[in-house]
Amino acid sequence: MLADFFILLKQELVVTAIIFLLLFIKLGKDRSNETLLGIINLLLFLNFASGFCCSQDGMLFNDMFHTNPLIVLEKNILNLAIWLISLQSYSWLKTHKHVIEFYLLLLSTLLGMFFMISSGNLLMFYLGLEMSTIPLAAAANFDLTKRKSSEAAMKLIISSAFSSALLLFGISLLFGTTGTLVLTELPAHLSANPLQIFAFILVLSGFAFKISAVPFHLWTADVYEGAPVAVTAYLSVVSKAAVLFVFVSVLYNAFKPLADVWYNMLFILSLATIIIGNLFAIRQDNFKRFLAFSSIAQVGFILLGISGSSQTGTASVIYFILIYVFSNLAAFGVISLVSAVKGKENISDYKAFYTTNPLLSWVITIALFSLAGVPPTAGFFGKFFLLTAGAAKGNYWWIGIAALNMVVSFYYYLRVVKAIFMDSNEQPIEKISIPNYSKLALIICVAGIIITGLASCVYDYIYSLSSGL
Amino acid sequence: MTGVPLTHILFVSTALFFIGMYGLFTRRNMITMLMSIELMLNSVNINFVAFNKYLFPDKLDGIFFTIFIITIAAAEAAVAIAIIINLYRSHQSIDVEDATEMKF
Repeated sequence: MLADFFILLKQELVVTAIIFLLLFIKLGKDRSNETLLGIINLLLFLNFASGFCCSQDGMLFNDMFHTNPLIVLEKNILNLAIWLISLQSYSWLKTHKHVIEFYLLLLSTLLGMFFMISSGNLLMFYLGLEMSTIPLAAAANFDLTKRKSSEAAMKLIISSAFSSALLLFGISLLFGTTGTLVLTELPAHLSANPLQIFAFILVLSGFAFKISAVPFHLWTADVYEGAPVAVTAYLSVVSKAAVLFVFVSVLYNAFKPLADVWYNMLFILSLATIIIGNLFAIRQDNFKRFLAFSSIAQVGFILLGISGSSQTGTASVIYFILIYVFSNLAAFGVISLVSAVKGKENISDYKAFYTTNPLLSWVITIALFSLAGVPPTAGFFGKFFLLTAGAAKGNYWWIGIAALNMVVSFYYYLRVVKAIFMDSNEQPIEKISIPNYSKLALIICVAGIIITGLASCVYDYIYSLSSGL
Repeated sequence: MTGVPLTHILFVSTALFFIGMYGLFTRRNMITMLMSIELMLNSVNINFVAFNKYLFPDKLDGIFFTIFIITIAAAEAAVAIAIIINLYRSHQSIDVEDATEMKF
């Protein structure tokens, strides 16, 4: 019984242990930032590696917490992403005064996400969700003296509090109409009566806020622009991925009887998200803002994949998120390096970047090609599987418009590539020496972009673990 | 149980929820916006307690949920007020209209 407890809660316990260890290090004698970052990166790697050993199915705490190989895989993806982000932010944190606090905030959100992904009860889900958003707002304000940073944090905390209020009102109505909070018992009591549909809409809008689907996307660009680059990377990859994982399992399992209702809602949300994300991405000059709108557009494609509601649907969403982690973090790796060393974040500053930093230029180009979905990179396969999963329902208008929008997205992704390689600039960003940690992160990202696309065993493995509606 | 029927309580809580939402959208002072959000969360609490008492008296799920919501609302308010204080230091104002460096 006790052994079960330790094995099932393995990943959460490891993260908790790291949090406590960091607290003790903080209380102990002062250490230099280089040593601290070395220790922390090692710990995060161990955390990632420990996710692969001895996992098993099971439930704990009266079905509040459940785990299975798919959930373990999802947590491993999040562990990998936080390790990569930590490696990339080395040059930013090297001179920062509050290194440990930064990691305490990030790891507590990670712990919240783990509980959210594993939740078998709406109460547990809500606790995990709040635990993963409240510290994140504090982390968004991490550049305490910057005006933009505090503005971003204010926008994040107010909009996330509003969205969780919507979600809670939905949950309270669900409790009133069904009498249960257990996710596996919900389907038996759901019958698509108007009050339940209203409750479902509120829950869905709470989710849509967190994954920043249009029309709930308004906070995204501002928060991404104002927050420090590492937090932006974390928001756009880890927190979005975690909510999407839960979203898929909640829609497929708990809201199964409402499948017809949410199919139509996803249709509208997804089209609006893809189109508006693309149109706004075209006119951005700030790199982080640009990636914010690009990530909004990507969420539209993920919603299309979710609508397939089959085993392919789940598998393609998780596969796409894995690729999205690699490609987005490769782009953010370069941006965080440039922003930490030179303080420049605009696309126009990147003109003629290739003449001074050929290696970084290639990395960001590969990342953008993968985000756009150009064949040799993994991004193409990710989007292809999403469209395939969505096409199973036979709604070809949806697929057609999404495919047309992929063409639009080429325009703005390739515009950046053009600025880097072809435009002339009298004062390009000077040569940047890449620290070893960042180099490692960039190599892993580029390798991931290429290998996940070419090695079919990755997709097959995810497919074998996932289940449909 | 005689007295107030469930629908009356639900009417109050729903009204409270939308009053909170209206306050959030119209007020320009950040502290007042935070208070509006607390109003919305409290309407959810009323919902949970009422449903629990009237419809499922043998369960405790709703009551527990309420306790957790109150706790988390306190944590949220603490972080939000810290952020607002920090924003006041850089902007000299807690009016949302003054925090408009990033748009579109």
